[in-house]
Amino acid sequence: MTRSVTPQMTTAPTKKFRLRHWLLTDSPASRRQARFSAWYRSWLAFRANPMAMLGLVILVGLLFIAASAPLLAPQDPLSQDLAARLSPPGTNGYLLGSDSLGRDILSRLIYGSRITLYIVSLVALTAPVAGLFVGTVAGYLGGWVDVILMRITDIFLAFPRLVLALAFVSALGAGIENAVLAIALTAWPPYARIARAETLTFRHADFIHVVRLQGAGSLRIITRHIWPLCISSLVVRVTLDMAGIILTAAGLGFLGLGAQPPSPEWGAMISAGRKFILDHWWVATMPGLAIFLVSLAFNLLGDGLRDVLDPKKSER
Amino acid sequence: MVVQRFGAVCNTLLTVLITMTGLLFVTFIIGRVMPIDPVLSIVGESASRATYEAAYHEMGLDKPLLVQFLYFLRDIARGDFGESLLTARPVFEDLMRVFPATLELATMGTVIGVLIGVPLGVIAAVKQGTWVDHLARITALIGYSMPVFWIGLIGLLVFYGKLGWIGGPGRLDIFYVDTVPAVTGMILIDSLLAGDMDVFANGLSHIVLPAGLLAYYSLAYISRMTRSFMLEQLQQEYIITARVKGLSESAVIRRHAFANVRVPLITVIALSYAGLLEGSVLTETIFAWPGIGSYITTALLSADMNAVLGGTVVVGLVFVCLNIFSDLLHRFFDPRTKQ
Repeated sequence: MTRSVTPQMTTAPTKKFRLRHWLLTDSPASRRQARFSAWYRSWLAFRANPMAMLGLVILVGLLFIAASAPLLAPQDPLSQDLAARLSPPGTNGYLLGSDSLGRDILSRLIYGSRITLYIVSLVALTAPVAGLFVGTVAGYLGGWVDVILMRITDIFLAFPRLVLALAFVSALGAGIENAVLAIALTAWPPYARIARAETLTFRHADFIHVVRLQGAGSLRIITRHIWPLCISSLVVRVTLDMAGIILTAAGLGFLGLGAQPPSPEWGAMISAGRKFILDHWWVATMPGLAIFLVSLAFNLLGDGLRDVLDPKKSER
Repeated sequence: MVVQRFGAVCNTLLTVLITMTGLLFVTFIIGRVMPIDPVLSIVGESASRATYEAAYHEMGLDKPLLVQFLYFLRDIARGDFGESLLTARPVFEDLMRVFPATLELATMGTVIGVLIGVPLGVIAAVKQGTWVDHLARITALIGYSMPVFWIGLIGLLVFYGKLGWIGGPGRLDIFYVDTVPAVTGMILIDSLLAGDMDVFANGLSHIVLPAGLLAYYSLAYISRMTRSFMLEQLQQEYIITARVKGLSESAVIRRHAFANVRVPLITVIALSYAGLLEGSVLTETIFAWPGIGSYITTALLSADMNAVLGGTVVVGLVFVCLNIFSDLLHRFFDPRTKQ
């Protein structure tokens, strides 16, 4: 964890190491070089964490699988073969077995990865940003702004996530987009609360006073000085939530309210296999394993990112 | 001094009131946006035009939205959530019946989660980078990555179906149901009050798997957050001061580092508890646990709007109370939030 990166101190770097030398210099010539250098050092630290790398590899693999699903899938995910229904793994040419309609489970898992990635990226791009903004503004400005924003947060936080998703789905019609909308609407308040709690602990800190005396406005203080300090807690929470988002979406699919059949969504596949669990364990187990693997990858990645992104961690 | 304290109490009460009104308003709006006609669900599909109109007026649906909202508030203040279409009983009664089941499950899950999660997080932070830390990390990661409905199914299959070690779905075996008087509605407590150890043991064998699963989820979250908070504190300079001063390592950790972790940890535990209370929908579905989560889900699937709105309001109110409680504790423990 604590290995430090020593720059190459050769006086005349060979061509191969020139870029590396430029990145690892102790005296960057420009702001751009300093920034790239910081990124590169973060990457080196991240690369030293095998568990985080494992998570990254799984997710890159997932991206690759999702992108080239038509090339990788041995069969059409929707084509049925009732004669070969419920084939155990490895028989009849089904590597992971077939489901109750004789569809290839492996092919369905491969196509299902697209749905999973779609859901995750939509939620992850919206909810944390909104939460960070609301939480830091409320915490820093205080007073009635704090009261109003936190009451709104509490109201939204007070809604059971799955129940709100259920309500949305019945109001707008079942489907992935509505599920995502509901998840995002219920996902931001925890970020807001955490960001506010962090902000409260240093809103009276000396360095904030100093910046303010130098003439910085509230917006600048919040975005430049408070946000970076909130990031570390938020990153832990967001990556934990990435997995949570996948699980919630799969849960909606399991209850029959997310992706609709015959869509190869993983949660819906578990639900379909629930009836056969006693005699045909693979139908429900395989998609469960897929969900588990992807959630785990996000968690591993988040853990590694936490170690790297935490600016408060001293480099000893 | 007294006046100041009185002012603070008033302030808190006002806050609670505003939050709850907001919550009720959002619930009300969701109820109105729903594409389910509340009149049709009362008079039935085959009612004549005149009957429909009469019921429409009687329910006040022709009034302005604000007036309708006030009616809604009045009914709720009376504890009148309407009647459930599914059970043909007042929703309020239904909720009082199902809520203790959820409370029992979530409380048990949280207690186990805190008892294991907090020490695990502290140890992992103190022994950062050792095998203990890695073990704690992997335990938490696996817990956090597992779909609860999937692992619940497999747990039932293995421990109930194949091994027969635990009770199956539901809160009690069928021949124990209603054998102890319902005082609190929580089987474990009721059976202890009645002194019936058979029922207690049976209830325990039913709750152990779902509560264990929920506990695993909450301990995964709690231990990770504890570790994160602890690491942050252990890097502070006051820790060095304490060590230089000659304090023993355990005193440094307990009296200095952990004392500062306690405050943010309260928020985390409250959030996690509330999460278990509201989010055990899937667990309850898998284990046929007759709690508030499965009540709302069943109601939604059969378009029973009164039950859904009533359930949402109750869950929301419980959540608001928990949050305010955690806020108060926060204020009580953290000198920095005092001006």
